[in-house]
Amino acid sequence: MNHPEERVNALDIRGLRLHLPGAARPVLDGVDLTVAPGETVALVGESGSGKSLTSRSALGLLPPGATTGGSVLVDGEDVLTMGPDRLRALRTGRAAMVFQDPRAAVNPLRRIGDFLTEGVRRTGVLGKADADRRAAELLDAVGLGPELLRRYPGQLSGGMLQRVMIAGALMGDPVLLLADEPTTALDVTSQAEVIALLGQLRERFGTGLLFVTHDLGLAAAISDRVHVMYAGRIVESGPAEALFERPRHPYTAALLAATPRLDARPGRLAAIDGQPPDLRQDLTGCAFAARCPYATGLCHEEAPGPWPVACHHPLEGNPADD
Amino acid sequence: MNFLRFAARRLAEMAATLLGASFVVFGAMYLAPGSPASFLLSGRSASPAALQAINEQYHLDDPFLVRYLRWLGQVLHGDFGRSITYRTDVSTLLADRLPATLTLVAMALLVVVMIGLALGWIGAVRGGATDSTILLTTTLAVGTPSFVAAVLLQGLFAVKLGWFPTSGTGDGFADLLWHLTLPAVALALYLIGMLARVTRSAMLEALDGEHVAVARSRGVPEREVIRRHVFRNSLGTVLTTGGLIVSTLLVCTILVESAFSIGGIGQLLELSTSTKDFPTVQAISLLIVALFMTVNLVVDLLHPLVDPRVTLGARRSEA
Repeated sequence: MNHPEERVNALDIRGLRLHLPGAARPVLDGVDLTVAPGETVALVGESGSGKSLTSRSALGLLPPGATTGGSVLVDGEDVLTMGPDRLRALRTGRAAMVFQDPRAAVNPLRRIGDFLTEGVRRTGVLGKADADRRAAELLDAVGLGPELLRRYPGQLSGGMLQRVMIAGALMGDPVLLLADEPTTALDVTSQAEVIALLGQLRERFGTGLLFVTHDLGLAAAISDRVHVMYAGRIVESGPAEALFERPRHPYTAALLAATPRLDARPGRLAAIDGQPPDLRQDLTGCAFAARCPYATGLCHEEAPGPWPVACHHPLEGNPADD
Repeated sequence: MNFLRFAARRLAEMAATLLGASFVVFGAMYLAPGSPASFLLSGRSASPAALQAINEQYHLDDPFLVRYLRWLGQVLHGDFGRSITYRTDVSTLLADRLPATLTLVAMALLVVVMIGLALGWIGAVRGGATDSTILLTTTLAVGTPSFVAAVLLQGLFAVKLGWFPTSGTGDGFADLLWHLTLPAVALALYLIGMLARVTRSAMLEALDGEHVAVARSRGVPEREVIRRHVFRNSLGTVLTTGGLIVSTLLVCTILVESAFSIGGIGQLLELSTSTKDFPTVQAISLLIVALFMTVNLVVDLLHPLVDPRVTLGARRSEA
């Protein structure tokens, strides 16, 4: 892995465990993940795999009653031990998130300018004039005009609103940008625009980007490295291209096979048989064993070792040392 | 659609509605049992000549439509006729009594809005035992009719403790406010409960919105999140309820003014109904209808300010 220079990682998650009341096993079970400044890392998985929880933990957004272990360092500081004031400072400054559905994420009753500036204005980081100037600059950076500041969300298309959302996330000049399925709620053309825009902005502002998606193809297209997540664990990690061309974990392979392709012959879409494991049941062995065509007795008894490939029987030979 | 066109159309609608209301108001008096003549004679047997004179003075022998049109013509010129009981012009009578009623309604409205919003806000934001207490109290308030509240408040604060006068309107403005405090509270109690509950549930609904979680995730301080995203977003519901509240105040003031002997429009309506003083009843009824419609118009005009997604006249196909 090529870090451009030895700086403090934008995001450094070490052995993150997260337990919810009423669940038999941790929702996140020892997640390790880093995002260097200026780097794009994708976190891929099904619904319920824990990918959104992982990214939200970077802002200290934990579900009520959650208990945690491990550490989540943003720009070198542990989010899990922060008090409310530090957390607020983190959220208006070093880390910000772009949410899935901009229509739901932006208050329809307040103007766009209000949405963009409220984080920095209400915490006294910037005065009104400075905040407005910065908002106009960032609107320009995402390809929108300053006249939008006076508009209401209802007057904008979904794609425009997601650009506004991205501009809003950049207001505090963050070192870490979290994008939680930022294109899922958009139409296809807007999706491509938003993806291209995120790439440009990362280069221009040097922001580390953690891109959460269920779309492995999209993840490979945008990111330097990809982590595949299943049932609260990272099962495979690696450079996007290698992972896409030559998946080692049976789950990654199954996920790739389940991605609908334009060049495929028409017919039934491939799907992964079975369901992800129930949170109410404890797990022994590999979480994917029940759905895995290659599973053996060992897989049901013993949890596989850590990444790059958390599998007893990785595809294409032995778990090689990359 | 522009504001002036909308307002003009609504005013035309109001005029048409008022015309219809005037017909109903005028007709209803004649459907009710008893006649003004028999009240004027107050049970005494009168000579046919005296009866004839009364009928002529009030045009009671003319056909219904003729009487209605004559009355309507006078009303359009601002002349509501002469009160049978008070023997003065009804318009003078109304002008004398309107200030007390309007002051009372305004005071009650102020109390309702301040306390109702505060209770709803606290209940929604605090939750837990505070919320339960507020829910219980407001349930009691909603279950207490204003005339019952009037008697209870009079008994406790006026008779027993002697903090406030039991009745009347006093002399001068400050004295008026002092005299109107208990009546305003009696009038407000039920509506405080209603507004508190509406505000609470609207805020709880707004609290669930994703944009609230997003605002928190962007580091907006909690107090500001509640003010700018939760309370602000419940204002539409509060405004709609506000129209209902003012209308209810206008009706309930009849009962409360009678209970506290306040010489306002409400008490006048009650007295003139029981004495079949029909010009006065007709004038007050029309006035109340007009006030109702004005309140609705104001609510409709304010709505786009509270919610930018609402455009004036959008419920019409032309929008």
